[in-house]
Amino acid sequence: MNAPSNLPANRVYNYAYLDEQTKRMIRRSILKAIAIPGYQVPFGSREMPVPYGWGTGGIQVTASIIGPDDVYKCIDQGADDTTNAVSIRRFFARVADVATTEQTEEATIIQTRHRIPEAPLQEGQIMVYQVPQPEPLRGLEPRETETRAMHAYEEYGLQYLSLYESVAAYGRIAGGAGYPVLVDERYLMSPSPIPKFDNPKLHQSEALHLFGAGREKRIYAVPPHTDVRSLDFEDYPFEIQSWDEVCALCNCDSSYKDEVILDDDGNRMFVCSDSAYCGERRKQGHSGPLAGHALDQLDQPEDAE
Amino acid sequence: MSMITPIERDEQLLVVEGLDKSFGPIGACRDVSFELRRGEILGIVGESGSGKTTLLRCISGQLEPTGGQVLFNSRRHGMHDIFALSEQDRRRIAREEWGYVHQNPRDGLRMRVSGGANVAEPLMMNGRRHYGEMREQSLNWFERVELDLGRIDNKPRTFSGGMQQRLQIARNLIHNPSLVFMDEPTGGLDVSVQARLLDLMRVLVREMGLAAIIVTHDIGVARLLADRLLVMKSGFVVEQGLTDQVLDDPQHGYTQLLVSSVLQI
Repeated sequence: MNAPSNLPANRVYNYAYLDEQTKRMIRRSILKAIAIPGYQVPFGSREMPVPYGWGTGGIQVTASIIGPDDVYKCIDQGADDTTNAVSIRRFFARVADVATTEQTEEATIIQTRHRIPEAPLQEGQIMVYQVPQPEPLRGLEPRETETRAMHAYEEYGLQYLSLYESVAAYGRIAGGAGYPVLVDERYLMSPSPIPKFDNPKLHQSEALHLFGAGREKRIYAVPPHTDVRSLDFEDYPFEIQSWDEVCALCNCDSSYKDEVILDDDGNRMFVCSDSAYCGERRKQGHSGPLAGHALDQLDQPEDAE
Repeated sequence: MSMITPIERDEQLLVVEGLDKSFGPIGACRDVSFELRRGEILGIVGESGSGKTTLLRCISGQLEPTGGQVLFNSRRHGMHDIFALSEQDRRRIAREEWGYVHQNPRDGLRMRVSGGANVAEPLMMNGRRHYGEMREQSLNWFERVELDLGRIDNKPRTFSGGMQQRLQIARNLIHNPSLVFMDEPTGGLDVSVQARLLDLMRVLVREMGLAAIIVTHDIGVARLLADRLLVMKSGFVVEQGLTDQVLDDPQHGYTQLLVSSVLQI
């Protein structure tokens, strides 16, 4: 209702695409979600100009909280330069007149599907997640009435069944992404499909984390400085992924790596999945075993649209 | 049988008073009253449609009766009407102190997870978080219900009907309940498998000193397992008493018909 007055005269859509009443409704859900960390708040998800599964929940959350002073970053699989990330970033640059960036430190709103950036999050930053399936228990219990009762009564024994299966089959808890967490020792939550490597970053985070599931019509949140514990067994403690290889481009040994197949002869390279982080390290002069490779040239920062 | 342990039979475990359940104009259970003591096995027999399963669902907390009371003597609450408790407490009693064996094992098992996980689930539901211990207990129960230990990580759908039923029984006994509800536990199994299953259940139930309520239309099952018998017809309990007494000297016309209709070989 108090949209910025300096809009271009030829604007076709309302500021940040959604109408003001819709944004108000979504903000109310967000506030409730923040008040009850980890609880899934239903909201009236709208049709968006992208299909379900492409980030409609995240886009609606971002549209409701964004303002012209924000600096927006969007990543997909950790990279700023993938098709989906580029088009969502351009979308908000166009409908919300925001500055965009690839630098994690500069951004005030970071929209993501699969990763939390490597650079530590700071106070005042907001992470927005695009969530495909908000219900961690859904794979084991198809009835919504039943999973709601389980959340209400804190009956989370069922979630351990999937961990049990994993240990029985692989000798360890093998789940790689969307690894279930307990928020503030109360609500069981699916942290979207981020790798479990990123789960510890949610614990006592400085930033606010908002999760939007467009198709499933749910919003949930992890406020700053909230306990987030990944589930595990007493004799099989939670552990994150690790790699023997360093990043082939920036030599980093602590980041989350993507494996890139180079040719048909079995050659491969491991590179940081967070492209902004990797680029920054290379600018600082770090170089890995494959520095100078053709891939090294691909993700030089280009001008934001 | 030397393995039979002495059972404390004095204490009341379940008291049902004047239970009514109707679905609109249909009275499925009418004025049903009985009581069950610890370690006692009660058989409920009756023809199809006589209200046996509805009664079982009411006293196991799944279906709220239209009238009457179901009092259960739980560890947390003592003797208490289960429908006067909150849903949370009722679910907790069901999780901690009851087992429910379905007629069709597919209804009582999670078909997507392995047999071992199915057996260990009640432990996890009750707060156990040590994989090694739970694994050991599942293996132990696989052995007790005579399942091949090598099959522990197989999905239940790869098991035969009899094996699935034994899996379901293990799953319902592992958390050491005080009362087990069984709805036609041997229905749909061939006769030789039925006999082995019955033998197994008799040993387990006696060893553990469990109380059980077994719904069946098979007089043989009732004769073999039940201490007392409840005969139902059209929602009413028409006769109840000690199993041998009811079957050897049936008083009600329907019971007489039921007993005389068993084929003698």
